[in-house]
Amino acid sequence: MGKEIRSVVNILDLSVDEINHLMELADAIEADPGKFQECCAHRKLAVLFYEPSTRTRLSFEAAMLELGGQVLGFAGADSSSAAKGESVADTIRVVSNYADIIVMRHPKEGAPVVAVQNASVPFINAGDGGHFHPTQTLADLLTIRRTRGRLEGLTLGLCGDLKFGRTVHSLIDAMLRYPGNRYVLISPEELRLPFYELEKLEKSGVLYQEVNSLEEAIPDLDILYMTRVQKERFFNEEDYLRLKDSYILTPEKLLKSREDLAILHPLPRVNEISVQVDKDPRAKYFYQTLCGKQMRMALILFLLGLDKG
Amino acid sequence: MNIDGIENGIVLDHIKAGRSMLVYRYLGLGKLQSQVALIQNCSSGKMGRKDIVKISETIDLDLDVLGYIDPGITVNYIRDGKLVRKENLEPPETLENVLKCRNPRCITSTEQELPHIFQISNREKRMYRCIYCDTVVKRKEFDLLPG
Repeated sequence: MGKEIRSVVNILDLSVDEINHLMELADAIEADPGKFQECCAHRKLAVLFYEPSTRTRLSFEAAMLELGGQVLGFAGADSSSAAKGESVADTIRVVSNYADIIVMRHPKEGAPVVAVQNASVPFINAGDGGHFHPTQTLADLLTIRRTRGRLEGLTLGLCGDLKFGRTVHSLIDAMLRYPGNRYVLISPEELRLPFYELEKLEKSGVLYQEVNSLEEAIPDLDILYMTRVQKERFFNEEDYLRLKDSYILTPEKLLKSREDLAILHPLPRVNEISVQVDKDPRAKYFYQTLCGKQMRMALILFLLGLDKG
Repeated sequence: MNIDGIENGIVLDHIKAGRSMLVYRYLGLGKLQSQVALIQNCSSGKMGRKDIVKISETIDLDLDVLGYIDPGITVNYIRDGKLVRKENLEPPETLENVLKCRNPRCITSTEQELPHIFQISNREKRMYRCIYCDTVVKRKEFDLLPG
């Protein structure tokens, strides 16, 4: 019987033990990158991006290159056979013959499920529309653990667009598996967390509160996870203009925060975090991208079965 | 109104009133050559009103479709005028090409060849979830694919 092929579509495809293992591996990479620089020699990562992305695609490519592997792929549906109408299933079957592991971003939700059904090599979902983006969550988890030393017993402030923000939903799903966390959901009424996510918080019996004011919530927080409030999410411009500034993080708003607060953001940032905050030691969003690359390295090693060497 | 009993075939009893046309459509009963009777709004001690479908032929029924439309249906198999087997239905675990995913962002909206597959996500509320995009279909939405 052949070895089971592991793939990651949703953050919940990985157990807590596996995520802990990946974080330990990422820490080992951080401590001694040279030890890992040939681990993926002669291995190829196919990077199939059906829609534009800067960080995620480059992060995966950098991850594979730093492991000594090679990358091939495309960075837009126009430059792939999808433009000729090829199905995801067919593309994945073909690319399985070219690469040892596949990473895909696709605008349609559920495309990774089709990919996994047809892949004969490990597969990683790098984002499917507004659905899942598990490697962003891996980056978030490692950043939280490294900056706060743990993933339990924290007060997490999630701020901005909690309705459509897939990164927020995945982070909540992942953090609910660690005990003792408290959630402060900071958003305008229009962008509250959807019912199905609130239901998960209710069922888990964790403490949570929904608030409007970032300023009032800040003093209690261990983690502040910022997201972008997009203009197109509002019914009218008046509401947008009224609310947009309340969810912009500035040095003034940080005056009452704890010294050891960690500020995260999945990026790209537009204006929701003032650039003046970048110099503050509490700003961890650029460091988060380094954590993301190291977690992607760990994940590639794990899925290729090269993590034990 | 009298409708004869059947000698050999199937009687679908205890159909929620008004659902017999859905049953007829999704079991493809219109394609049969044998006699089929749809009886709507019969009096029922237990249900008040109910529908009944009688099929004068023993066919392979898609019990998953029936179980989704109405798990309260009783399937009675008749041979030589006698009841030989009675089956109660359960809401099915998986529905393949029965429901259509409504999410315009779902991969099934662009890749027409993909089967529409739903899995039960809440047995009590009889909610089904698209295996691709996780969109949930609630019990009352009969967004069925053409039968």
